Amino acid sequence: MIEILACNGAATVQDTGRPGFRHLGVPLSGALDGGLLHIANALVSNRPDAAAIELRLVGPRLRAEAATLISLAGAVDGRIEDAHGNSRVARAWASHRLGAGDTLILGAIRSGVAYLAIAGGIDVPRVLGSRSTYTRAQLGGFKGRQLAAGDRLDVLPSASQKIGDGETVAIELQLPNPPLFGASPLRVLAGPQQEYFTAQARARLVEDEFIVSPQADRMGLRLAGPRLEHDPRYGADIVSDGVTPGTIQVPADGNPIVLLADCQTIGGYPKIATVISADLPRLGHALPGQKLRFAEVSIEEAQAARRQATKALTETLASICPTNAEFNLDALYTANLIDGVIDAQQKN
Amino acid sequence: MKPRLLDLGDTALTLELGDKVDLALNARVLAARDTLGTVPGITDIVPSYRSLTVHFDPAILERHELAGQLLRAAEATPQNSALVTRWRIPVLYGGTHGPDLIEVARATGRSEEAVVEAFCSLELRVFMIGFLPGFPYLGELPDWLQLPRRSTPRTAVPPQSVAIAGAQAAIYPWQSPGGWHLLGRTPVRMFDLAFPERPALLAVGDSVQFTQIDTAEFERLSAAADAGELSREKLLAP
Repeated sequence: MIEILACNGAATVQDTGRPGFRHLGVPLSGALDGGLLHIANALVSNRPDAAAIELRLVGPRLRAEAATLISLAGAVDGRIEDAHGNSRVARAWASHRLGAGDTLILGAIRSGVAYLAIAGGIDVPRVLGSRSTYTRAQLGGFKGRQLAAGDRLDVLPSASQKIGDGETVAIELQLPNPPLFGASPLRVLAGPQQEYFTAQARARLVEDEFIVSPQADRMGLRLAGPRLEHDPRYGADIVSDGVTPGTIQVPADGNPIVLLADCQTIGGYPKIATVISADLPRLGHALPGQKLRFAEVSIEEAQAARRQATKALTETLASICPTNAEFNLDALYTANLIDGVIDAQQKN
Repeated sequence: MKPRLLDLGDTALTLELGDKVDLALNARVLAARDTLGTVPGITDIVPSYRSLTVHFDPAILERHELAGQLLRAAEATPQNSALVTRWRIPVLYGGTHGPDLIEVARATGRSEEAVVEAFCSLELRVFMIGFLPGFPYLGELPDWLQLPRRSTPRTAVPPQSVAIAGAQAAIYPWQSPGGWHLLGRTPVRMFDLAFPERPALLAVGDSVQFTQIDTAEFERLSAAADAGELSREKLLAP
């Protein structure tokens, strides 16, 4: 059992999503960055699709009622305090033992999104096959909503804790080389309604810079920047059809909206382009004020990028190893994590 | 219009059969869906008014293979819709539950009673489900009842509101923002996990006829719905 003591950010229970129900209007949902969820789960020896806590903005403060193993994936600072007031750092990209009554205090989520996994996985009821939270319809997750102070989350039994003679053995693991988030433009495939836009609008999409507006949630990101004008012969309305996470739809005002995991299943605005699946996780990292650029690729390039992303994740997961020696924290953060994030924010 | 295949990113393909709100076109969409059947690697099949969007896992199903199957499915002939489920949905019209009925009556030059009576005489088709879980797009409304959306959308439409805009009618399953004209409210839940086999009451291709109930009946049925005792069978047309 995990008790949320305080929660000022936007934390939800998420797993790999709820496919198979989009014809009923039920969105896919699930982790904004499925790769990070997979890493967080691997660090506590969970199945890849176990439910974890998706952290946005600022992480919560929580207490473990029984001894357990937790992990952090993403750029987030953590600290563990025990009942005697002793405090230790809980690094990201690693798992950490929590004793009964220990408190985990998490700071800002600098990667836009990060995951807190708990050995065994969060035990909320599966709704339509998934534990993911979809807040707009109060579906799934913990009571269909974001976590709040006072919530008590059950945890499923963990395989990793059954090793030994009835003893709880939880091996702390780490990821020596965390993934870089990269600053390159987000790759898109044109369409499906690119002909609804002027040639100038289509050029602006890939040449100009956009800024994530404050209207950004798990449904989508509204972007500010150059207006993408509709071809007057077509206008800004289509007879509604299917959309998907990554779709860039443009309403009459010309300001694009990039859809994310909780997006509706069908939309009535023309879609100028769709972010490819390999770059979708990075889209989930975007914070208000951040700059975004797009680059158009072919379907073949999109398919190759997806295979490459799958391969990179497999290699990352294979590099997870036990945490034994003391870590040189400064070197780790400087080399991989902080640089990657700042890089992304400056250049992206 | 010739069928077109459109890439919706690299994990979905849209088979576009037309660009209109049209019964015959929607029937072709459903025929294509039924012909496609179960294909390993397809995760979701989403019919719309005029197209079929298929979400797939490229690790299991190659795009070009799916593309071929979709183009073949596009040729499917619509069957007679003998299996359509016909629903009767009770609605309490006007007052606080249908705050726009007065305005709709004024805009169409009819009395509120005449608008309700005409609305209840229509047998509407479920063209698609989307926007929110269980949200049905119903059509088509007669020309005289077609009004543009409200110039300022409401920030919170109450759940189970029955609304119209343009050629369409809809029922809001959840509280949400919305710019449609609210005619009334139904005690019936459009999306209910108490029915795990069919959480959304309505399916694409079904038909809906609205009926009129009074406040006492609305409250009785709402209480039954809250208690999980509102039978869906009783909503079927005789």
